[in-house]
Amino acid sequence: MNWEAFWLTVRLATIVSFALLAIGIPIAYWLTYSRWRWKFLVEAAVALPIILPPTVLGFYVLVALGSRSPIGRWWEALTGHTLAFTFEGLVIGSLLYSLPFAVQPFAASFGAVDTKLLQASATLGHSPLQTFRRVVIPLSKAGLMTGFTLSFAHTLGEFGVVLMVGGNIPGVTRTISIDIYDRVQEAQYASANATALGLLAISFVLLSIVYGINRRAWVVGPWK
Amino acid sequence: MIRRLVLLILFCASGFAQEITVAAAADMSAVLPEIVAAYSKKTGRSVKLSFGASGNLTNQIRNGAPFDVFFSADEEFPQQLIDEGLASGTSLYRYAVGRLVLWVPNDSPLDLTKLGIQALLDTGVKKISIANPMTAPYGRAAAGALRHFGIYNQVSGKLVIGENVAQAAQFVESGNAQAGLIALSHALAPGMKNKGRYWTVPLDSYPKLNQAAVVLSKSKEAGAARDFLDFVREPEATSLLANYGFALPESRPVGARPK
Repeated sequence: MNWEAFWLTVRLATIVSFALLAIGIPIAYWLTYSRWRWKFLVEAAVALPIILPPTVLGFYVLVALGSRSPIGRWWEALTGHTLAFTFEGLVIGSLLYSLPFAVQPFAASFGAVDTKLLQASATLGHSPLQTFRRVVIPLSKAGLMTGFTLSFAHTLGEFGVVLMVGGNIPGVTRTISIDIYDRVQEAQYASANATALGLLAISFVLLSIVYGINRRAWVVGPWK
Repeated sequence: MIRRLVLLILFCASGFAQEITVAAAADMSAVLPEIVAAYSKKTGRSVKLSFGASGNLTNQIRNGAPFDVFFSADEEFPQQLIDEGLASGTSLYRYAVGRLVLWVPNDSPLDLTKLGIQALLDTGVKKISIANPMTAPYGRAAAGALRHFGIYNQVSGKLVIGENVAQAAQFVESGNAQAGLIALSHALAPGMKNKGRYWTVPLDSYPKLNQAAVVLSKSKEAGAARDFLDFVREPEATSLLANYGFALPESRPVGARPK
């Protein structure tokens, strides 16, 4: 097991899943309550990373956010380096890559909250935001946990984007999936196997948590 | 009906019979399609190409990848396959000598002719792309050259590693790295030719890239595979190799047929 790559990947997944909690909740809120007629276009855009190959994302991070693009130049002026080959670059790539895995469970659980409760809250004098904070969020805990865990797990398993924009720098961008790939290419199967098995076990535990949470939520959930 | 179907299958099988699949080092990604086009035009046979780092391809071949011919960027990987009984020793042919270059984009302020490899020490150079030294001969050559000039430790923090030498070239071509140690064949390829300039790393400063090809033991089209390898020795193919900066081999390994 390459622990350096392991902890790097855990750090990446932790940052990305917390950031997606912060970014994903407002997006999911808007997707749930907005009545804009073109809302479906935003929904489609949010879901894009599910079907797009990681190479498309990697390509755009490398070229559209590279030093030849306005965004890339702005970033370079700000930080002194390009996005590619940096940990920040991986964070941004992973945010895009895992966005639907956070937003969709969030939005689904917000939408599942009984509207009668929202109306009751409103008649008691709560503003929509207060209602959201005091009624919707507590009732959506399972969805929030699911989205958080899924985006964490999805980032753990990220490969294509990292291969294209990471530059394989130990301790900076060499994630666990890249490490496994390298070991396999070098025919070091025992070492690849140790890491792969570890990742397999962790992923299984994470997904078990997700399904465990959802099962409990269905049993004791307020809409039952 | 069944007879027709059988005939159809036989027809298809015969149609594909002469097709071979070639696994080739990433530095061949520009020149080999041109060689194949010339070969197909001449013989009417088709050749499928698959590119990657030589070490990755070697590993794929060990795991049963259905290739007929392997063009490596060095001589060691084909030799390993011969030793393991996976490639034919008599087919080994050193088809070219690869050259390593230091490449920078046109907008780079670095004066390569004056500085040579020392240009990498410039503070403007934040990232230097090289191929993976573990699996790509060009990566091994790049690391060797940096050590030869005694600057490896000074620049090791700047190195970004491409999965193969084509990705290393793409990293610097796209401007994400400020300099790259890449294959001359990529620097001369149409996609990069006018986008930057290069400094040729002296041949004696890195492990020589004696690029060798072999016919693989598992090939079902060994005849066609040897025929293609023979074509690579002909002037039509060697002139294309020369266009891409490949030096032609001065000595041939044992077993190669003299031209």
